[in-house]
Amino acid sequence: MKPLRRGNAFLLAIVWLPLLCGAPAEHKDSCVECHTALEGNLGKPAAVFSQDVHARDGFSCSDCHGGDRNTDDPEASMSRARGFIGKPARTAIPKLCARCHSDATLIHRFKPQQRVDQLAQYQTSVHGKRLAAGDGAVATCIDCHSVHDIREVRDALSPVHPLRLPETCARCHADARHMAPYKIETNQFEQYRTSVHWEALAKRGDLSAPSCASCHGNHGAAPPQVASVANVCGTCHVLFEELYNKSPHQPVFSAMGTGGCTVCHGNHGIKQPSLAMLSGSGAVCAQCHDATSKGGATAAQMAALLGRLQEALAKSDEVLNRAHSDGMEVSEAQMRQLEGREALVKARVAVHAFQTAAVEQPANQGLAIAAETLRAGQSALEERNHRRRGLALSLITILITMGGLWLAIRNLEAKPEAAPKSARR
Amino acid sequence: MAAITEWLDERLGWNAIREFAAHKSVPVHSATMWYYFGGITLFLFTIQVLTGVLLLLYYRPSPTEAYESVQFIVTRVEFGWLVRSIHSWSANLMILSAFIHMFSVVFLHSYRRPRELTWLSGIALLGLALGFGFSGYLLPWNKLSYFATKVGTDMAGSVPLIGHQIARFLRGGDDVGGGTLTRFFGFHVAVLPGITTLLLVLHLVLVQKAGMSSPPWIKGENLPQIRFFPNFFLRELMAWYAALGVLGSLAALFPWELGEKADPFAPAPAGIRPEWYFLAPFYTLKLIPSHVWRIEGELLGLFGFGLLAVWWVLLPFWSADRRGTLRQRLVTGAGVALLAYLATFSVLGYLR
Repeated sequence: MKPLRRGNAFLLAIVWLPLLCGAPAEHKDSCVECHTALEGNLGKPAAVFSQDVHARDGFSCSDCHGGDRNTDDPEASMSRARGFIGKPARTAIPKLCARCHSDATLIHRFKPQQRVDQLAQYQTSVHGKRLAAGDGAVATCIDCHSVHDIREVRDALSPVHPLRLPETCARCHADARHMAPYKIETNQFEQYRTSVHWEALAKRGDLSAPSCASCHGNHGAAPPQVASVANVCGTCHVLFEELYNKSPHQPVFSAMGTGGCTVCHGNHGIKQPSLAMLSGSGAVCAQCHDATSKGGATAAQMAALLGRLQEALAKSDEVLNRAHSDGMEVSEAQMRQLEGREALVKARVAVHAFQTAAVEQPANQGLAIAAETLRAGQSALEERNHRRRGLALSLITILITMGGLWLAIRNLEAKPEAAPKSARR
Repeated sequence: MAAITEWLDERLGWNAIREFAAHKSVPVHSATMWYYFGGITLFLFTIQVLTGVLLLLYYRPSPTEAYESVQFIVTRVEFGWLVRSIHSWSANLMILSAFIHMFSVVFLHSYRRPRELTWLSGIALLGLALGFGFSGYLLPWNKLSYFATKVGTDMAGSVPLIGHQIARFLRGGDDVGGGTLTRFFGFHVAVLPGITTLLLVLHLVLVQKAGMSSPPWIKGENLPQIRFFPNFFLRELMAWYAALGVLGSLAALFPWELGEKADPFAPAPAGIRPEWYFLAPFYTLKLIPSHVWRIEGELLGLFGFGLLAVWWVLLPFWSADRRGTLRQRLVTGAGVALLAYLATFSVLGYLR
């Protein structure tokens, strides 16, 4: 062997120095190189992989599929000897993903706050349990997150972004053929799209509005049990849950095995609550309570209180708006009106105690405020009329004075001596 | 009565004043009506002083109290709403009337020799009126006025070399805040009124000294004349009453809005714009690209407005050639162009 010459040693140092110093090195990726050149199903993964969050963080095909990406020999790179597993079986996917996603040390290198219990949760889900039982048709990681173009949840193009999640779940749950073996209804998405929750999410763009995962969970997705429905709704509607749990309905609904909130509000297609839910022919209360019964009378009393308050606030609003548009300063009364509206919200919440007395207190408070703001609005309108009368009188006085001045000028100029002589230029 | 007149004459030269008033005359021709606008501007200024003094009885110039004190004036003080509304409407009508007065002087060519100083003092008074408008706009400390002042003082800050100092001087600090409010209050109720009073006296003395000008196209030495007192004065009085009627109607039917209290931490409201008399330059500056060649757009705009202002102030000096012949068509054309620019860009600025 020839001794290393000084020049060659220098060249070698230049080549190796960056690697020794930890400079990023471009890894060879024969999988992407070859599959990019392929067409059809073999080419598609490589074509979209550049958009995948894993590609961004330096992972490659071989991290999931095994094999050796450092060699250009297809036989060698996709040999079983080098760990190549090909297309993983659907039933193997959750554990395959969990190899990294359940590894706290690895995940925390990329996202310190990311949870690592997805597999554990998935195994408690209906999807996970059926998969474990050998049903390969249920959802696994890739059905929701996509396969080779997985994006972060916050990415608007991700299928699990809050705005897209309902559609992603509906891909299976609204598919009658897919759901037929499980005997699950397929109208959830259709119903959800008529709900207040969908309106908040899709129309107002409120990403915190509930969608499928908010009530069913995401990786541990399962329908809430009857006993836990109120707890699920109570995650957001805290006060409602508290009142309901103390109400006479709670023990009754529990004994009947019905799911609390959903008895009156439904589940996926929850509508904006209205007075019609309490009274009238289509009232939900009337489904159980006869109008002449104690429950029916309570519902009617609560509806009457809320109706009176709503009407009183609307009337005050109308008078205050008229006064404001006529230029009257009624901002103090308008601020007070906000307190009245707050009382209406409290009274609506209090309905969930299902006792007239509970609604009465905030409703009466709101009615007192509405009466006060109405008086303020009416006195502003009276003041406006008073001002207009004053203006009319002033204008008449001004016109009379101007007429008098005009007569005085005419009288003055009727005298021949008026005009002085020279003109200045 | 004779004794009082004699007493006054001995001390003030009362008889000389009466003699002057008796002999002062005003030419009568097709454009005489434009003479009234100077008087109307003066009348509205007087209203401003009177209503301003009344507002001062209750107004408190601090960020925590300014808005509430104006709210108190318009809701609790007897006729406070009327005083505040008249003050705001009268301010706008006064500036409108001053602009009409200025353009009537241009189109009737009343600025020409020997009235150059009258023109200069008048232009200075218009500038002071705009200063009153700018400083007074902030005083109610509402959202719109706060952000409009922010934009306005930002513009001053972009003047090269001394811009930062000007902005700091106007704001009383690095940003619009309590210091700006007390400073603007000081300008509005003390500094500007003092200077305005002096200039107004000078302007009126100059008008009396040079007399009323007639347009150059009205020939003849023996133009029909009317006595200033009482004939023209009574007519002017009629115009003042008419102005009072318009002012009262606007104030009663469209009381000036107070808006929402300023919140320095809130984002600027959408569609923010200054008072109508600043709309034309404001909109022009918005249209200029951020950079023209290597020069900052806003700076270029301000430089352009500076040149335009100097050119306009010096109107009496370039309106005649070396032989003293009036460049009547040039001045009229310039007046029409300026008026068209102000009207068009103000409307566009309002609509955008």
